[in-house]
Amino acid sequence: MQLLRLRPAFAGHTVTYVTVREDYRSDLDAAEQERFRVVVDATEWQRLLLVKLFAQLIWAVLRTRPHVVVTTGAAPGLMAIAAGRAIGAKTMWIDSIANVEEISKSGRISRRIAARCLTQWPELAADDVIHAGSVL
Amino acid sequence: MIFVTVGSQMPFDRLIAAVDQWASEAGRTDVVAQIGDSELTPQSIESFERVAPAEFERLCTEAELLVAHAGMGSILTALENGTPVLVMPRRGALRETRNDHQVATAKALSAQGRVMVAMDEDELIATLHDLGPVEASPTISAHASPELLEAVGAFVAEPVPRWRSLLGRT
Repeated sequence: MQLLRLRPAFAGHTVTYVTVREDYRSDLDAAEQERFRVVVDATEWQRLLLVKLFAQLIWAVLRTRPHVVVTTGAAPGLMAIAAGRAIGAKTMWIDSIANVEEISKSGRISRRIAARCLTQWPELAADDVIHAGSVL
Repeated sequence: MIFVTVGSQMPFDRLIAAVDQWASEAGRTDVVAQIGDSELTPQSIESFERVAPAEFERLCTEAELLVAHAGMGSILTALENGTPVLVMPRRGALRETRNDHQVATAKALSAQGRVMVAMDEDELIATLHDLGPVEASPTISAHASPELLEAVGAFVAEPVPRWRSLLGRT
């Protein structure tokens, strides 16, 4: 949802959207739908699902070999950043607009792995966390 | 019509029970709710478990008001369609979500005048009783702020490390 609001920033590039919900497919155009990928959703307490999710993201990254990975978050986003970084992609974490008081847990990890880390709230900006607008 | 949603992740029975109570007290028969995987059987509102994004958008467009948990998916869809939103945040202590981040989100967005907030069931019921006819809000753009688009676009345009090009593919 937040990622789709960034669509104009990807104009002119081949984009693969990876999400946890199949029904977002209908929000994309035909070419995007062909590249669209769905992975399982997992929280930090669901060990087995986390392993499956990580495998799916490594596979997705190896198949698409992206030059850039941009994510708005949570566990799948963090794993995509890690896998992307391993193959030399430029990686950008955009912490969800839902995180007003502190950067999310996965954001705090990504902050150390991603090339660029953004927050959508000016109060959370720091040396290594940039505030540059929001999805709103 | 009033549309109520708990989002796609988990049920939020406190929200549904409160809206159900209000609908019964106010004699409203035009309330529909997406309640998730819940045991509740609301008495005065029509309910279903889940809803696809396209259908969600259609319901938002038709509704005079969206009553929702303070999740960004629900809020953004409503704002994009000019539907006024009343949110009640999930609480971490009640295990309705991981922590109290929805409380902060709700407060911050209400301070910006983007949503109305009720902190608990009593406040939600009172707000719904007091709320007269709500006017449609102006729709927001379908895209992020120009500043964020610019920051992401510039990052995407930066050159990739040279060794990366050995791997090929885009």
